Amino acid sequence: MEDSYTIMRVFAGSWGGVFLFASFVAVILFALRPGSRKVHRDTANIPFRHDDKPAADDNAAPAQIKEARQ
Amino acid sequence: MLDYVKLLILGLVALCAAIAASYARDMVYMVHMILVMVTAAGLFIWQLRRTGEPVVPVPTHEYMDGPVRAAAIATAFWGCVGFLVGVVIAFQLAFPQLNFEWTQGYGNFGRLRPLHTSAVIFAFGGNALLAASFYIVQRTSAARMWGGGLTWFVFWGYQFFIVLAATGYVLGGTQGLEYAEPEWYVDLWLTIVWVAFLAVFLGTLLKRKEPHIYVANWFLLSFIVTVAMLHVVNNLAVPVSIFGSRSVSVMSGVQSAMTQWWYGHNAVGFFLTAGFLGMMYYFIPKQAERPVYSYKLSIIHFWALIFLYIWAGPHHLHYTALPDWASTLGMVFSVVLWMPSWGGMINGLMTLSGAWDKLRTDPILRMMVTSVAFYGMSTFEGPMMSIRAVNSLSHYTDWTIGHVHSGALGWNGMITFGMLYYLFPKLWNRERLYSLRLVSWHYWLATIGIVLYAASMWVTGIMEGLMWREVDAQGFLVNSFADTVEAKFPMYVVRGLGGTLFLTGALIMVYNLWMTVTRGPAKAAAPAAAAPAE
Repeated sequence: MEDSYTIMRVFAGSWGGVFLFASFVAVILFALRPGSRKVHRDTANIPFRHDDKPAADDNAAPAQIKEARQ
Repeated sequence: MLDYVKLLILGLVALCAAIAASYARDMVYMVHMILVMVTAAGLFIWQLRRTGEPVVPVPTHEYMDGPVRAAAIATAFWGCVGFLVGVVIAFQLAFPQLNFEWTQGYGNFGRLRPLHTSAVIFAFGGNALLAASFYIVQRTSAARMWGGGLTWFVFWGYQFFIVLAATGYVLGGTQGLEYAEPEWYVDLWLTIVWVAFLAVFLGTLLKRKEPHIYVANWFLLSFIVTVAMLHVVNNLAVPVSIFGSRSVSVMSGVQSAMTQWWYGHNAVGFFLTAGFLGMMYYFIPKQAERPVYSYKLSIIHFWALIFLYIWAGPHHLHYTALPDWASTLGMVFSVVLWMPSWGGMINGLMTLSGAWDKLRTDPILRMMVTSVAFYGMSTFEGPMMSIRAVNSLSHYTDWTIGHVHSGALGWNGMITFGMLYYLFPKLWNRERLYSLRLVSWHYWLATIGIVLYAASMWVTGIMEGLMWREVDAQGFLVNSFADTVEAKFPMYVVRGLGGTLFLTGALIMVYNLWMTVTRGPAKAAAPAAAAPAE
């Protein structure tokens, strides 16, 4: 019991910590990747579509962007 | 066929609850089992009357707004109940005579305090999160709720959890873990409801028509998943008897304390922060009619919050049996957490860039922006208080209470009020709110109330901390505990007044929303894409 705690503790403090930090950095880099601006602008405008009714079944991905900044 | 299965289950539940009530070993358990029996029997009759009736087809090209409406009403109702109990216990602290002799054992401070905290966090905040989750996930997925009537089960199941928890506190049924007071069978019930909540939310996300998942849903999903994990781990317990409310926690000593504050702080981090940030990322862009300032920043905000918050719990256990390395770890992560919190605050505030003039004319937007400002203030104060040296002064004093309330009243309360003002005209198809002047009244009453509350608690908390540590030239403590109690009296009265103002504002809101639904003019036939209540 005591030993398994120590092993877990050492792992969490070393490789576990490195793994979590590396995943965090990878996520940030992915968010900042080149070419993400267009995707993000489209995603940020999701709240301004389909306010009153769900999307119809046939058009799966409405592409048009309603630019709310004027 | 399904109807008969439901009837069978409801009948069995009513029968088992009746048997359990008759074998009950304590009053809390007996009262709860009678409640279960009556509810199950009532549902049995309701289900029986529907069985065999022709099935009304479900409209698939509409959003399922019934549960959102119900949760919005429940938010306003439980909010007023929770604020009222808060005002009562604030005055009970100022004037102990209010712990009347005839209410001893039921209506004294010790019984009402968990009723207040759970009513505002889980009943008011929880219903606000249910309403927000159901509303946002449908709109941003462009899809109707998944799971048919399961969403209704989540709503009513959650209300039943609240009733069980509230009656339990008043009757003295508590396992003594702060913010996790409900006993084992209530915890099991909440687990079932929560799994259903996760299922309807994930199911709706899976059938979304938008290619991407909007950031608000990320926050809401993390709130649902993390609360499930926290709830299950912190409530691991063995019941003393299957016919009694008492249970024994699996963990003991410092492990139990650490698990409790890992739970407790992440209840703040994921219930009161991540969930409400989901609200912020949807309703502020909607009310300001412009997309969030930086979508990239919102992604970074999300992941930084998720990676950091879960470690912050040990800062509740400075100077205890917890090893120093653990409380230092909690402290460091709490201080680092300041950065994503302020990143999120800036993102929320800057969404208004180019539209700041709306603050002059739109009291709803003003409410939302004030809530984000309070988010910034309390997420600055929190990391500061988690530093060991500061904590040695602030811990166990009313400074902590003031900090919690600037977050809960300022951030959670104000963003929820803003959401309700946005939702009610939308959900009941009204042109606008009944009165914007009343919204302004609510805004100022609430803001002044919070300022009175937080300022009096700063003064009394720091005073109390300094009095406790004051020693004379011989090294003896100067003040007794009763001296601090006496010195705090004026600030306690001011705090009670602040709470009264906040409650008055909430009652004005209820009146305004009621009149919006009953007297407001109906919306014209072809509504615009995003019609704010202006």
